[in-house]
Amino acid sequence: MSMLESFLAMGGYAGFIWPTYILTAVVLVALLVASLKAARGAEKDLDAIQQTRRARRRNQPES
Amino acid sequence: MTRKRRRLYFLVLGLLAVSAAAALVLSALSEDIVFFFSPSEIVDAKTPTEGRRIRLGGLVGEGSVVKEGATVKFDVTDGAHTIPVVFTGVLPDLFREGQGVVTEGRMEAGTFQAAEVLAKHDENYMPKEVAESLKKTGHWQGDGTTQN
Amino acid sequence: MHRFANPARFMRIATLIQPWAVGVTILTTAAGLWFSLIASPADYQQGETVRIMYIHVPAAWMGLFCYTAMAVFSAMALVWKHPLADLLARATAPVGAAFTFVCLVTGALWGKPMWGTWWVWDARLTSMLILLFLYLGYMALVNAFDDPERGQKAAAVLALVGVVNVPIIKFSVDWWNTLHQPASVVKMGGPAIDSTMMVPLILMAVAFKAYYVVVLILRTRAEIAGQKLRVIRMAQVHAAGRAEIQA
Repeated sequence: MSMLESFLAMGGYAGFIWPTYILTAVVLVALLVASLKAARGAEKDLDAIQQTRRARRRNQPES
Repeated sequence: MTRKRRRLYFLVLGLLAVSAAAALVLSALSEDIVFFFSPSEIVDAKTPTEGRRIRLGGLVGEGSVVKEGATVKFDVTDGAHTIPVVFTGVLPDLFREGQGVVTEGRMEAGTFQAAEVLAKHDENYMPKEVAESLKKTGHWQGDGTTQN
Repeated sequence: MHRFANPARFMRIATLIQPWAVGVTILTTAAGLWFSLIASPADYQQGETVRIMYIHVPAAWMGLFCYTAMAVFSAMALVWKHPLADLLARATAPVGAAFTFVCLVTGALWGKPMWGTWWVWDARLTSMLILLFLYLGYMALVNAFDDPERGQKAAAVLALVGVVNVPIIKFSVDWWNTLHQPASVVKMGGPAIDSTMMVPLILMAVAFKAYYVVVLILRTRAEIAGQKLRVIRMAQVHAAGRAEIQA
């Protein structure tokens, strides 16, 4: 058996060890991506709304 | 008293009340929370055991494991008392003489008829070489000495 | 304490910390994976499955740590009305839930080959499952009310009531006999883990902590922006309503 094969076999426990690491990676990466998207999305929306407000204020100074 | 301080006292009192309630419930239920009985508890008849489905936990007696086909016989001991166990089926990988084990089944005429055998791991983690050198130098604490 | 409760100050500190937290997360994750999968020995009893512990144990620590943090933030929100504390508690909940879930699943993946079962209802496993439900209940409660402030208050109370579960989880293996093994690292007389196995465990624990900081900052940023958005939209609705009345 080659080095890589024996590494992947994990002493016969491949079916338990690899799912552990893959599942953990999937869960943590998914949460990270969702949080990143939420932060970017909310901050972009806020920027947009603040800019239109500023523009409106400039266009119609005192009504 | 400021409102902040009053809220803080409320919170502390609330936490104390909840902890006290939890402690009462847990101590009332502690018989049921226990996962297994030791051989001593069964021999001393702390619990009615005959014919009832219970869990028996302890160490697998050194040199007691006898395999006859798919059937395994071994002793479960806690140092004070020993109960013979009969089990037919697949044993978990950690099942070893001198290691902890929890079996589920019934007492029948002094023998425990196990329907399920679970291995119990202790809290020691070390590579093989370290375990061997510990045994050689006599610093070995023995498998599962810290178990219940 | 109020000095740190200011959202603008938080944003300044967050932008300062964030790159460091990201760097530490990447470095310790890489080193942690190297040590836990390759550069550490198999256990004398468990064999290679000891590698599951390098995920399982730090994930369990994070489950407890995040819950404690959530309870402290909730207490700060209820007692001192810190404007940031609610947001921090809310941002912590999904991270804690994720780690608790990882802990439970990886525990099952270790239990099957070693104990001989995926799951047993012993005190440690059951109390850990309750922790996951507490997280889920908290997250559901936050969003259960039309008035976000009421939802936040109800959730904070739940977080504080649930905090009794934290010591129960920690000491369950000492108070009752369980199938789960007793503590190995935090115990009297020093850890019962060989140093070669301590290295990946600690690296993974640091990686998870740094990951928490990164996600906490991101989620709190989202919460702050979301709150400002709500205020602005509310003002717009009010202004529109007033204009209608005047017309």
